[in-house]
Amino acid sequence: MQRLFKLNSPAYHQKPVIGDWVVIVTSLAAVIFLFQSLWINTPASQLQIRQGDKIIGTYDLDQNKELHVHGPLGESHISINQGKVRFKQSPCNNQYCVHQGWLSRTGQVAVCLPNQISIQLIGENKPYDSLNY
Amino acid sequence: MTRSTISITTTKEDHQIAKLTALAIGLHVLEAMLPSPLPGVKPGIANIITLYVLMQYGFGTAAWVSLLRVFASSLLIGQFLSPTFVLSLSGALFSLGVLFFVQHLPKKFFSVITLSILAAFAHIAGQLIVVRLWLIPHTGISYLIPIFALAALFFGTLNGLICLRLLSHK
Repeated sequence: MQRLFKLNSPAYHQKPVIGDWVVIVTSLAAVIFLFQSLWINTPASQLQIRQGDKIIGTYDLDQNKELHVHGPLGESHISINQGKVRFKQSPCNNQYCVHQGWLSRTGQVAVCLPNQISIQLIGENKPYDSLNY
Repeated sequence: MTRSTISITTTKEDHQIAKLTALAIGLHVLEAMLPSPLPGVKPGIANIITLYVLMQYGFGTAAWVSLLRVFASSLLIGQFLSPTFVLSLSGALFSLGVLFFVQHLPKKFFSVITLSILAAFAHIAGQLIVVRLWLIPHTGISYLIPIFALAALFFGTLNGLICLRLLSHK
């Protein structure tokens, strides 16, 4: 064993050299870029609206549109504005759906339970809220 | 006992490869016993030996040590031809492929740390390609890429530093 580590080796660096730092910094930037592109920003392209247990419509997000959906309590007002969507008005008491604000990323959901209406954003690939393996 | 009729002539180089491979197998098996928070995220300490051999003996010996280690370790652990073995082999082949090219980087500016990081990235890239094509043919695994890349950078740097210490230690 001793002999394995005692070869007439050429002089090696003692510490990281300039090229190593370049590689480390570049790789770190690449990893951060991967996190951003694969995790955080996946803008949605379409909106799916459900009333009760049925899908009542799928709309392109790339437009300005005001939608009125009827539920048990009355009419919910959903507005699409160039890539984002929100509940603008709702006949429910707690107004949770309205306070959720604008949604723009794939997989985001806003639900109005009292009026039984939910909106979900979908992209190129449908994301999963959990991963199993 | 009957004397063996087969005699294999071994060279000095064969013995070196065997000793270094034994060392790498030891580290590989040791690491296989360690628990991992996420399947696939492992330090890959056996690769320190691959890098050390690459620097001291050249690419040919490093390739022998790396591939023999993958085969022998899987036989010892009992995973020969299992998915784990295939992932291990694809990772080793990809990092050797990258090392074949980056070993020619000017030594003045790039130490073994660079080789270690690039080999680690190649290793995980090779494994993810196999996972995507064979084990989990679904785009959902792209969510795991950043985690694996971060782990590759971290452990690649760490293994490179350890290898640098080994090399400069006379």
